[in-house]
Amino acid sequence: MIPATFDYIRAGSVEEAVSALTEHGDEAKLLAGGHSLLPLMKLRLAAPEVLIDLGRVDALRGVCELDDGRLSIGAMTPHQDVIDNDLVAQHCGVLADVTRQVGDAQVRHRGTIGGALAHGDAASDLPAALLALDGTVVVQGPSGQREIGAADLFVDYLMTSINDDEVITEVRVPKLDGSWGWNYQKFGRVAQAWAIVGSLGLVKRSNGNVEEVRVGLTHMGTVPLRATAVEQALAGAAIDGIADAAEHAAEGTSAPTDLNATTEFREHLARVLTKRALTAAAG
Amino acid sequence: MTALDTPPSTNVGVTKLRKEDAHLVTGRTTWTDNITLTGMLHVALVRSPMAHAKVTNVDVSAALEQPGVVAAFSGADLADNWAGGLPCAWPVTPDMKSPTHLPLATDEVRYVGDAVAVVVARTRYQAADATEHVVVDYEPLPAVVDMEAALADGSPLADTSLDSNKSFTWQKIDGEIDDAFDGAAHVTTRRFINQRLIPTAIEPRSVVCAPPRETRETTLWSATQVPHILRLMLALTCGVPEHELRVVAPDVGGGFGSKLNVYAEEAICLVLARKLGKPVKWTETRSEGYQATIHGRDQIQDVSLAFNEDHTIRGMKVELHADMGAYLQLVTPGVPILGAFMYNAIYKMDALSFTCHGVFTNKTPTDAYRGAGRPEATYAIERLIDEAANELGVEPFELREKNWIKHEEFPYMTVAGIEYDSGNYEAATAKAKEIFGYDELRAEQAQRRDSGDPVQLGIGISTFTEMCGLAPSRVLGSLSYGAGGWEHASVRMLPSGKVEVITGTSPHGQGHVTSWSQIAADALGVPYEDVEVRHGDTNVAHKGMDTYGSRSLVVGGYAVQVACDKVVAKAKKVAAHLLEAAEDDIEFSGGTFSVSGSPDANTSIQDISLAVFAAHDYPEDMEPSLDSDATVDPENFSYPHGTHLCATEVDTETGRVTIRSYVAVDDVGKVINPQIVEGQVHGGLAQGIAQALYEEAVYDAEGNLTTGSLLDYYVPSAADLPHFTTDRTETPATSNPLGVKGVGEAGTIASTPAVINAVVDALRHLGVNDMPMPASPRNVWEALQAASNGGAA
Repeated sequence: MIPATFDYIRAGSVEEAVSALTEHGDEAKLLAGGHSLLPLMKLRLAAPEVLIDLGRVDALRGVCELDDGRLSIGAMTPHQDVIDNDLVAQHCGVLADVTRQVGDAQVRHRGTIGGALAHGDAASDLPAALLALDGTVVVQGPSGQREIGAADLFVDYLMTSINDDEVITEVRVPKLDGSWGWNYQKFGRVAQAWAIVGSLGLVKRSNGNVEEVRVGLTHMGTVPLRATAVEQALAGAAIDGIADAAEHAAEGTSAPTDLNATTEFREHLARVLTKRALTAAAG
Repeated sequence: MTALDTPPSTNVGVTKLRKEDAHLVTGRTTWTDNITLTGMLHVALVRSPMAHAKVTNVDVSAALEQPGVVAAFSGADLADNWAGGLPCAWPVTPDMKSPTHLPLATDEVRYVGDAVAVVVARTRYQAADATEHVVVDYEPLPAVVDMEAALADGSPLADTSLDSNKSFTWQKIDGEIDDAFDGAAHVTTRRFINQRLIPTAIEPRSVVCAPPRETRETTLWSATQVPHILRLMLALTCGVPEHELRVVAPDVGGGFGSKLNVYAEEAICLVLARKLGKPVKWTETRSEGYQATIHGRDQIQDVSLAFNEDHTIRGMKVELHADMGAYLQLVTPGVPILGAFMYNAIYKMDALSFTCHGVFTNKTPTDAYRGAGRPEATYAIERLIDEAANELGVEPFELREKNWIKHEEFPYMTVAGIEYDSGNYEAATAKAKEIFGYDELRAEQAQRRDSGDPVQLGIGISTFTEMCGLAPSRVLGSLSYGAGGWEHASVRMLPSGKVEVITGTSPHGQGHVTSWSQIAADALGVPYEDVEVRHGDTNVAHKGMDTYGSRSLVVGGYAVQVACDKVVAKAKKVAAHLLEAAEDDIEFSGGTFSVSGSPDANTSIQDISLAVFAAHDYPEDMEPSLDSDATVDPENFSYPHGTHLCATEVDTETGRVTIRSYVAVDDVGKVINPQIVEGQVHGGLAQGIAQALYEEAVYDAEGNLTTGSLLDYYVPSAADLPHFTTDRTETPATSNPLGVKGVGEAGTIASTPAVINAVVDALRHLGVNDMPMPASPRNVWEALQAASNGGAA
């Protein structure tokens, strides 16, 4: 596990990182927590010539409330800090619950929310969560900031709509009121493995019915997906309609086949896990 | 101190915290990769990306231009440095085919990872970078991946120098096997696949070699289980005089058989250090190790059991296909052969036929992996007994009890021709059933079946035995093994009364320093803290057969006991002389020699040690020394046994298997250190469960290792494993004075069938009668799908 030679730049600010990115173009990669990038480099599947380390950019850490009622989480906030944060616990506990299932303790203390989203791995947990939450990321480039909705962020396998010269600075998620319930069913081979399939169910309950439902699917395609057919079937329906609605979970997916699962088995798991996630979320 | 103050056994049988652990857990370790020598260079290998190809050209010139590179060689460049190929010490048949295995391939590569060139540079990073500048031209050849296809007429060859892919067929038939099957009232036949596994010791392999300096001695440090065997074999392979080669196994972090070998990198480092006159180091990366360190298992097992009307077993037929991989490593062909004595397991039968075909493929060589031949055999017989019980409509325990050897029948000569010296299957089983709550779990299982619970409960049984403590040299010789199975120990009594024990075993996690200290402390009557154990350096422990096959305590611990007994015998002579008494009147207890009937006339072993050092007054008919050597060669193997019970919950919707409870009652004879024994059982269970539920080395049709890193090869962690309930029965072995049996492999051997039997048991009523390993969610779900589609799974 010996990476190829690279140069190292420690960015003191987002502006310095952007300017280093501008200078080095696609030869450079940003180093956040390093828990996806460094393994790829050690396997020599990635060999960036320059690493731009965001680790000392303190402004990118922490959680605050935005004037528009959403939460803003600094891109370099480690997973464990998200899990432990009071504002997240109070207003968007689902994010803490999903993050709790990311990797292992070491990964959660070093890996960051922004890094995980920028990597854009459909098999990792946070992309589907951001998608289900209709969250956004704020990116900063040479021409300023822009906000990208989760639906537009994930483009293809390990590919996002973030440009080579842009840095994620914030992750924004809505506050969920007390009528929301949620559950994330992560199904992997061993405790620290990626999900073979994951299903995140979010249910807004109203007088015994489902007022609104969101389902985010992990590892059911090259990008994280929403189970829109389930969401449509269940919106406004009675809670006991969950099992039937969950039968639609694999519609519109393009699940891969690998050693752990065929496409057929993944589709089956998506249905079972979505049923379980929604049932628990509505309970 | 008088004899009465100290009971004769204060250390053996008692948990002592391990002497090894303080330095291991505080990082003050001497792993081979921690060794840094002045001027040391770093070695990196260029490995074949193709499973099978002709090597038409190797050009290292561009690599030589890279920063820090000191030397680079192709296989052809080093070909003259080998006195022979890498050794296979177990030619199981006279006509066994074993292709020449040079440490660096010259004209043909035979598996992905076969090394073709080597780069030496000032830093590890420079060496790794420079390997990318070695240009190798390959002419692809067809890859042989499937064992059975490899034996078909017209199959491509895994090695073009051979005329077929069969290395050997080994056969052993005991009893009238045809009669046993012709007259059978019932025959149960199955095919089981014992999948390929990757050992995955925590410490990667690593080699450091220092060339001669002020003496002619070359020193090689290696993360090895077998420094003594390695010294001899490297001397032969590299043409270095044995007496000028010192091999050291420093702290070694796990082996499980994967470091019981003579590897290309060890020979390459030895040759490079001597050629360049500089110390060199090589340490594998994990993914490199997954290709270039031996794999385990990989057998296809066709097995049948013939029964009488009354459900007693008449005989068993076993036909194996065993994947050798591309080359025969140190004991590759012998591993499946060890199973020949174990398929009959604890059961009485009149006939057993065993046939094993060793097959070459273009995959990483296989070799010994924790249990080596016995886990495969135990899996097959314990699975088959369950299947037979189902076909015969009897409780699986009932069928086992009807056929197992009763405790009053020991010693028992088995159909395979070896004598089980002791055992008590009834006692271990009764204890296990009680702890497990067998009857209650059966009741819950019935309830869940009735209610159609999506999570079904299964109970798995494994009443296993194994043969270990690899010793009887004559028996090993009769199996064509290239060495003996004796072990050596020395005891040195120091003037201050402290003790040095030197052992020929070579621990890599087992805790020999602790256990051997306990044995010596009791045998000599000295404090446990006053004993130091030295090992693993051929300059210190000049003689030994090293550590594998659960042999260290049974053979090496026995040697320590005998060497201590010799010290006591000499000291007794001196005591008689000093106390002016007849030797027959001297009693020895708790380190004190006293005159029978006059307890005040006494002296301690420490005082005698000092007196002998001074040598002013000692018996005329002896040398002034208490030091002793012992080389022991037990007359039999040892046969641990036990009953393991596993309860699994199987989620029929997702295929997920969860172990709810696991009870292991092992009989490993007398126990030196209960905590070490428990630790061995826990680790063994984890590895056996790993085979049942998690691990599998998978190759694609081109011979690429698909599970090439820990990303795809699922080694379970503590988080994936249940609480283990362990207990013991104690039926002492009779083949050594300590009464001990081995414990290193028992947990692994027993647990794999226990888990798979439990998974099948959970799903039996749904039509599932077989379960491929690992019982992953995918495999379980597909078995359920096949069963519900009407086909037998």
